[in-house]
Amino acid sequence: MSEVLVVVDHVDGAVRKPTLELLALAKRLGTPSAVHFGSADSAIVEKLKAFGAEKIYVVDDSEIKGYLVAPKAEALQQLVEKTSPAAVLIVSGYEGKEIAGRLAVKTGSGIITDAVDIEDGGVTTQSVFAGNYSVKSKVTKGTPIITVKPNSAAPEETPGAGEVEEFAATISDSAKKAQIVASQPRKASGRPELTEAAIVVSGGRGTGGDFSAVEGLADALGAAVGASRAAVDSGWMPHSFQVGQTGKVVSPQLYVANGISGAIQHRAGMQTAKTIVAVNKDEEAPIFELVDFGVVGDLQTVLPAATEQIEKRKN
Amino acid sequence: MNIVVCVKYVPDATADRRFESDNTVDRVGVDGLLSELDEYAVEQALQLKEKAGDDTEVTALCIGPEKAVDAVRKALQMGADKGILVSDEAIAGSDYLGTSLVLAEAVKKIGQDLGKSPDIVMCGMASTDASGSVVPAMLAERLDLPQVTFAAVIETQGDQVRIKRDGDTATEVIGATMPIVMSVTDQTGEARYPSFKGIMAAKKKPLETWTLADLGVDAELVGLTAATSAVEEASERPPRTAGEIVTDEDGSGATALTEFLASKKFI
Ligand SMILES: Cc1cc2nc3c(=O)[nH]c(=O)nc-3n(C[C@H](O)[C@H](O)[C@H](O)COP(=O)(O)OP(=O)(O)OC[C@H]3O[C@@H](n4cnc5c(N)ncnc54)[C@H](O)[C@@H]3O)c2cc1C
Ligand SMILES: Nc1ncnc2c1ncn2[C@@H]1O[C@H](COP(=O)(O)O)[C@@H](O)[C@H]1O
Repeated sequence: MSEVLVVVDHVDGAVRKPTLELLALAKRLGTPSAVHFGSADSAIVEKLKAFGAEKIYVVDDSEIKGYLVAPKAEALQQLVEKTSPAAVLIVSGYEGKEIAGRLAVKTGSGIITDAVDIEDGGVTTQSVFAGNYSVKSKVTKGTPIITVKPNSAAPEETPGAGEVEEFAATISDSAKKAQIVASQPRKASGRPELTEAAIVVSGGRGTGGDFSAVEGLADALGAAVGASRAAVDSGWMPHSFQVGQTGKVVSPQLYVANGISGAIQHRAGMQTAKTIVAVNKDEEAPIFELVDFGVVGDLQTVLPAATEQIEKRKN
Repeated sequence: MNIVVCVKYVPDATADRRFESDNTVDRVGVDGLLSELDEYAVEQALQLKEKAGDDTEVTALCIGPEKAVDAVRKALQMGADKGILVSDEAIAGSDYLGTSLVLAEAVKKIGQDLGKSPDIVMCGMASTDASGSVVPAMLAERLDLPQVTFAAVIETQGDQVRIKRDGDTATEVIGATMPIVMSVTDQTGEARYPSFKGIMAAKKKPLETWTLADLGVDAELVGLTAATSAVEEASERPPRTAGEIVTDEDGSGATALTEFLASKKFI
């Protein structure tokens, strides 16, 4: 069977969960080979192996990490030439999508972005038009290059051979034209990562800037915290918490929208959640058209009381 | 300075967006407009022009059906100096490879007419219909220019550019030297509305329509037949059935909410 290249998404040597999901999807298309930019740190190798990587290509990133996107696409092109893979899978995100775009041009291949599922045979599912349509498509030319949204598959802990192979990529000067001058890693919130979380509890303008009730409920449920653009624009929450068209797109098991009206741009980021709950004081709020369960009420009284009851039940 | 802003004509998100029988996006039967996210790109181009002085020229470039001229016109009304629509039957149904090829060739032609490469090719962070966020990087690849993408804050000094952006896991500063391809997010600040004066002035601004032949692009390389991916099925998701809505009275809302979460095993 052909190899399937899975580009490893990691922060400071910790493999992020969406990569493990890609390894599970890769097994449907061929034999998973992880591509890791960085050094072959044993923790990373063990993790990739445990989740099914048969091969792990380690690409030294000293000429890669200081520049935006282009060097990674170049290295991947060289790996594609060497391995003729059945597909290249990349996590959907700013960087992942742009690597995919460049790689598609370089290899003359079809690209599919934001897949939420891949079937045997390479048929992908995407959710489009703010989640109103579901589209199945397939790459018909070149090497399928597919970016996959986090939470699209369950990681499978079935070990692969995990054979490490150093791959020496040649990075051209022209790929080194956009420099990463500074990079400030985001502070860990201690809560689950927004795009990976099984539960997201969000707040909007209706919080009036006081997110403590939203955060309290999130912590009781072990959830990530999200925000509407109105809450972000008001400076109440950092932009990295924004859910929606121009923020993060999440598809958790449960999404709880508090003091959020449900504008189309917000829906675009959460409409595919399995279960949707809203607390809003206006019974006419459009968010109620989407919900499985809604409470018409003041979030500042409903949320703390619910949080207290949840804590009691847990004990 | 010369800035080319890539503006896309998209189906209105508040209208009923749908697919054609061949599974391509219906771009003619549904009301369209300038992609909202590209308004931010036009705005930033205009702000750079205002900063750099009057010899700066902003050209709005769009690839789309004839109706897409509306998107170019809106950019002109906002303040762009020139407009170009690339429209050709053969382009319909193009995928990202086809679209980025035509855009790149159009930018090259603009460069030939100017006698030098435009300093900035400005894009939105994503189109509101496809949400791909890939065209700017593909353009940079095709034009062999540095990509400076997803800008939240832009600073320029001469031909030096620095942007701040909220990357996937870090806040980053990206630096490059013009000419560049840039994409901007909605964090760059509200886009202006066309003024009455702007609307009147736009009527006199140059607006050209180019075909593939004008660009010297082989029709075989674009359109639905050249597409590298195919949509096999597009189905409307069943609308969410309205759930249970309760009104909070003296704490009943919290209890009902807790019961619901417990019944779904979230607690
Ligand atoms: C190009 C573009 C991109 C955008 N991208 C995004 C995006 O990515 N994400 C996003 O969220 N938005 C986005 N928006 C903005 C979007 O259109 C809405 O303006 C925004 O989502 C509104 O946020 P909100 O629901 O918090 O505020 P509002 O619409 O003001 O709603 C506040 C809600 O809180 C309720 N409320 C008030 N007080 C209370 C209380 N005490 N208890 C309970 N409920 C209360 C009110 O009834 C109301 O329904 C975008 C807009 C544009 C133009
Ligand atoms: N047909 C088009 N005409 C002009 N610009 C486009 C077109 N398609 C994409 N773009 C530009 O590329 C950006 C990203 O588009 P996308 O990759 O489709 O999300 C848009 O915000 C536009 O600036």
